[in-house]
Amino acid sequence: MLHQIFALVVKELLAILKDVKSRMVLIGPPIIQLVVFGYAATYDLNHVPFAVYNEDRSQPSRDLVARFAEAPAFQEVAVIHSDVDVAPLIDKRKALMVLHIDRRFSRDLLGGVPGHVQLIMDGRNSNTALLVMGYANAIVTDFNTWWAARSGGDKPPATLDIRSRFNQNLQSQWFIVPGIVALLTQVVTLLVTALSVAREREAGTFDQLLVTPMRPIDILLGKSIPGLLIGSVEATFIIAAGVLWFGVPLRGGFVPLYLGLFLFLGSVIGIGLMISSLSVTQQQALLGTFLFMVPSIILSGFATPIANMPPLIQDITYLNPMRYFLVVVRGVFLEGASTRSLTPQYWPMLIIGLATLAIAGWLFRRRLY
Amino acid sequence: MNAELIMRLRGLIRKEALQILRDPSSIAIAFVMPVILLLIFGYGVSLDARRVPLALVCENPNRDTASFTAGFFQSPYFVPVRFGTVQEAEEAMRARMVDGIVWLRSDFSRRMLNGGNAAIGLLVNGVDANNARIIEGYLQQVWAVWLAKFDAAQGLPLRIPVQVDARVWFNPSVTSTDFLVPGLIAVIMTLTGALLTAMVVAREWERGTMEAVLVTPASIHEIILSKLIPYFVLGMGGMGLSVAMAVWLFGVPLRGSLWLLLASSSVFLLCALGMGLLISVVSKNQFVAGQIAIIVTFLPAFILSGFVFDIRSMPAAIELITHIVAARYFVTILQTLFLAGNVWRLIVPNILALVIMAGIFLGLARRASHKSLE
Repeated sequence: MLHQIFALVVKELLAILKDVKSRMVLIGPPIIQLVVFGYAATYDLNHVPFAVYNEDRSQPSRDLVARFAEAPAFQEVAVIHSDVDVAPLIDKRKALMVLHIDRRFSRDLLGGVPGHVQLIMDGRNSNTALLVMGYANAIVTDFNTWWAARSGGDKPPATLDIRSRFNQNLQSQWFIVPGIVALLTQVVTLLVTALSVAREREAGTFDQLLVTPMRPIDILLGKSIPGLLIGSVEATFIIAAGVLWFGVPLRGGFVPLYLGLFLFLGSVIGIGLMISSLSVTQQQALLGTFLFMVPSIILSGFATPIANMPPLIQDITYLNPMRYFLVVVRGVFLEGASTRSLTPQYWPMLIIGLATLAIAGWLFRRRLY
Repeated sequence: MNAELIMRLRGLIRKEALQILRDPSSIAIAFVMPVILLLIFGYGVSLDARRVPLALVCENPNRDTASFTAGFFQSPYFVPVRFGTVQEAEEAMRARMVDGIVWLRSDFSRRMLNGGNAAIGLLVNGVDANNARIIEGYLQQVWAVWLAKFDAAQGLPLRIPVQVDARVWFNPSVTSTDFLVPGLIAVIMTLTGALLTAMVVAREWERGTMEAVLVTPASIHEIILSKLIPYFVLGMGGMGLSVAMAVWLFGVPLRGSLWLLLASSSVFLLCALGMGLLISVVSKNQFVAGQIAIIVTFLPAFILSGFVFDIRSMPAAIELITHIVAARYFVTILQTLFLAGNVWRLIVPNILALVIMAGIFLGLARRASHKSLE
């Protein structure tokens, strides 16, 4: 029996790898995507273009403007002298923020009344706007502390001492690159498995496979193992690149990571084979793959947190294996999470995998009649 | 000659239309997919952190610590949970039960009254760096409000010399839905446009029916046109549905003109269809066509278009690459038309870029199909 399964695995691998184009599709794009997305998918802001509209022109206001201009997060792109210049700069995206200091600023400040600084921001990307607001607030808070100390006031009763765990400098890359492990592994594995049965069914060779002495479970194994092989090679490559090229720390062990990877691959393969055995043509299989993959990526927590979703959508994400694997990869990479602490992520993937594989095996037989 | 051309074209389009009606999958791609995707994403994708679980550790609870922690109970952004020791709170953070810890040491009150500068320890889970930054922003707001109240209660002059008054144009409440939904439309249209042609035409190549059409007197231009027109109509239908949902379901304001939206969507759709056509002509195989379609359309439109990740934050080399992603231009156009209005100086160059890309894709698809005849 074993050598029959082995023969089927070899045949499947040949079917995928013998064609130059499909081989290229499996190897080339993931590498390019890893590099491009690893750098592109970032929420960190550098050199935010901002314009200065300083009506006050006193020493304190110049000090404040200088703090913005010197900050690495900001870059001064224009100096304007009138209200009418604000709108064109923002509308045309020349500046993301206009720093407006009004005429009374230094008079208020020296007179002991709070001086006002107006920030006008482009809200087309609300996330960027929020982050820029945060950076600007931090600069103004620094200025306030400095000003208060200089004018001999009391120290504030309590100050914040903010630290972040697991990712001290809050680099997006440390969050995104482990996510790419899950993302690209899912894309490649799903494509390899989702089309495997549909292709044979369209060609009519699947019926031939069913009349061989192989049991459905053997066919299931023969169809799953290539996906498992290709998926784990792909994932290993991305994990290595994440550590060696992007310098993301791998703080946990290989056991919790690969346990998660194999369970994830099992559930993705199960879903792929289920889609494949439900469809009669390759086109339907591809469409099914798309209809599963796109929501599963967007609702996985890869780019936007699951906690921000409404409760109903959050419930749907429990069916998504990528949701669990993302916690595993990020947990092992950044938190050094142990197998025990990740158990709540493992068993849902195991259940999804077993259920979908069972359904796929059952569909194999049923579809013949 | 012209009448003959129109007659042939009509025949071919009729054939395509019949094919579309017979096989519901292309109608599903054009109408059902955008609606489902927009529904799930419109509600599901949000960058606004609300109700963040937060651990509060007061080693020596008293009036002073209570005055500070009260701010967290009033804030809509936090769901505070009390912990006895910082070790317990860290355990909870490791178990992903809380996203941050506020730690008031036992000497908080004493230091606060003697010269100030009592340190408030804040520990944020930095795994999700973006979320951590947003949470830090909220924490600072709570602190600033507390400080102002404290000073007012003590009858002291305000200790905040400079106050920031931030105005966010186009999206004053800073809700991420308003900026994400227009971007989602671009992502979804990239998918439908490319899938419609890539999958359907690749299947014709695989089955050999494409060659049957190629040997008819119809010229290659006519064949390409006959493929484009029905799918264009389908795609615009899907686009119309998406815009209607964005405006009426998600309440995203549409501040620009509808005509400009229609014009830019048509150009973008031509671009996406052209890309799909090129993929199918080059691959001639559904497996490869599907894979290429996923790899070159969905993922770049998701990550490189400025839909979630701001293009201005990317390194220069990557920013250069985004210029070959058609969705990038469309995302800019949509975000501007929906939220800002008719900013001609921004929209015209982006539409021009789309026109050029559509021309390149369709031209390449035409050349590639010509060669295959030989």
